Amino acid sequence: MAVIRSTPPAALRDSTGVPRATAPPRRRSPARRGAVGWLFILPFLVVFAVFLVAPLLYAGYLSLYTKGLATGTTFAGIDNYTRAFTDPSFLKGLWLVLRFSLVVIPLQMIVALVAALVLDEVTGRLARFSRLMIFLPYAVPAVLGALMWGFLYSPSFGPLEQISSLFNVQAPFLLSQGNIFYGLLNVVTWQWSGYYMVIIYAALKSIDSSIYEAARIDGASSRQIALRIKVPMVSSAFVLILVFSLIGTLQFFAEPQILGPIANGSVTPDYTPNIYAFNLAFAYAQFNYASAISFALGFVVFLAVAIFMVATRKRGSIFT
Amino acid sequence: MSNRHIGAKLFLLALVCYFLVPVWWLLVASTKNAEGLFSGSGALWFNGFHLVDNLRDLFTFNNGEYLRWLGNSVLYALTGGIGSTVISVLAGYGFAKYRFRGRNLTFALVLGAVMVPLTALVIPTFVMMSNAGLTDTVWAVILPSLLSPFGVYLMRVYTSASVPDELLDAARIDGAGELRTFLRVALPLMRPAVITVLLLSVVATWNNYFLPLTMLSDSKLYPLTVGIGLWSQLASSNNGGGQSLWSLIITGSLVSIVPLVFAFLTLQKYWQGGLAVGSLK
Repeated sequence: MAVIRSTPPAALRDSTGVPRATAPPRRRSPARRGAVGWLFILPFLVVFAVFLVAPLLYAGYLSLYTKGLATGTTFAGIDNYTRAFTDPSFLKGLWLVLRFSLVVIPLQMIVALVAALVLDEVTGRLARFSRLMIFLPYAVPAVLGALMWGFLYSPSFGPLEQISSLFNVQAPFLLSQGNIFYGLLNVVTWQWSGYYMVIIYAALKSIDSSIYEAARIDGASSRQIALRIKVPMVSSAFVLILVFSLIGTLQFFAEPQILGPIANGSVTPDYTPNIYAFNLAFAYAQFNYASAISFALGFVVFLAVAIFMVATRKRGSIFT
Repeated sequence: MSNRHIGAKLFLLALVCYFLVPVWWLLVASTKNAEGLFSGSGALWFNGFHLVDNLRDLFTFNNGEYLRWLGNSVLYALTGGIGSTVISVLAGYGFAKYRFRGRNLTFALVLGAVMVPLTALVIPTFVMMSNAGLTDTVWAVILPSLLSPFGVYLMRVYTSASVPDELLDAARIDGAGELRTFLRVALPLMRPAVITVLLLSVVATWNNYFLPLTMLSDSKLYPLTVGIGLWSQLASSNNGGGQSLWSLIITGSLVSIVPLVFAFLTLQKYWQGGLAVGSLK
């Protein structure tokens, strides 16, 4: 498996941002102790080898073969990949998740950032309560989040229809083919913004507040403090969030899969690459081609994250 | 002072309303019977109180299928969650506090793994498990859940920042072995991060859908997510006849989010500090 060599882990910093001093010369030879270090990471390495490295290699292997009813298993070289990257179903799904990421990630970031900045300003019972309630959807399984919103969108028992009829307007039917993209956008934003808000909020709380005092004496307004001091100082939290949401949305599966049956026909069997791979494997028993699709998707995700990491390296990333 | 914050407070209230609406609707809907649910009036307000009937129906439907799924979810979440936490804590401590050849390369591999989309591994893992005869067993869900590269990353960062080398050296000079030093000196200091990683991995396993959906075909082994997904598929495929199933799905969804919401509310002191670590370097 590939490693991002351009960003090797260097000495970690502690929470105050001061680089940790390099270890002083040891009194005892650490050679034997090093072996103990291996023992501590051994269980992880075993799980890592069996459930990450092996499936990756196996997927790579499977994807190089094809299985025909008459011909049996034959070596296909990169045929499956050329097929994948010219397969309109795969490309359409890939385009959908890319478009989805481009909209949902900034949306989540803005909601999370604004909520965190406001919560950092306001104190008291309402703020504490809000913080918890905004975070709450994180504890709800994606399957149930999608189901609940599906109910709310539904004309037969959702309130959307009732509320719009109060104002004499037609409710947008968010489960229709044209609108399900927005319906899903709302589900994902609802589900994850709170989690990201907590991460940004924690980063904001760790800023030394004497900086704000100094800025205020220099005549900075609250808004200027927020935009010029707070936002730049929590930028490393953004990187973490961006990486997570990029990885998460590119492998989109549960929400569209659940909304599919409720939204008659809006979610096609090739709606996202993961749904496509799942259907290829379990509806058509095409495990070799499904593996190639999975591998290709994994590669695209890895590439997207790697490009992003290199692009933001200067700003200090989680992988420095 | 308080005037200045009025706008901010209204904004917070609006946010809370948005984030609570689905949960509120679920709470209200689970107190209605099928008639009230489809009556088309006041989806966001109560209409009769049938929660107890709904719960009884939920737990007895199809020979108590739901209770079995609940038990499975608890089993998967606890074994997968605790297992992966133990593994992550050990590995994070090993990476943070020992210097050995190949450490940086191995840790770089872990970080690379954080970027691998785990669902891309589900289909090959399924084929491997199937060759080993393990699909359609609890192991097919539990074993892959033990992998948590992010947990290792979080534990390493936290341990480096909060467990001083001097303290460990002092324990060693006092004659404590490596394991004892870890258990008695380091582990208590790592507690907030341990609880955070535990919560995150329990949530990840409890909420997992793709993995069990792929691995299991026997509905007796389903966790709640896959079971409720199955019900919703059944209910939407036979319109009308599925009405009573919808109220089971709604009550079932409510019951299945209660445990995690409760865990997050009671343990907030720990995870709010622990979550910060990942972003703080």
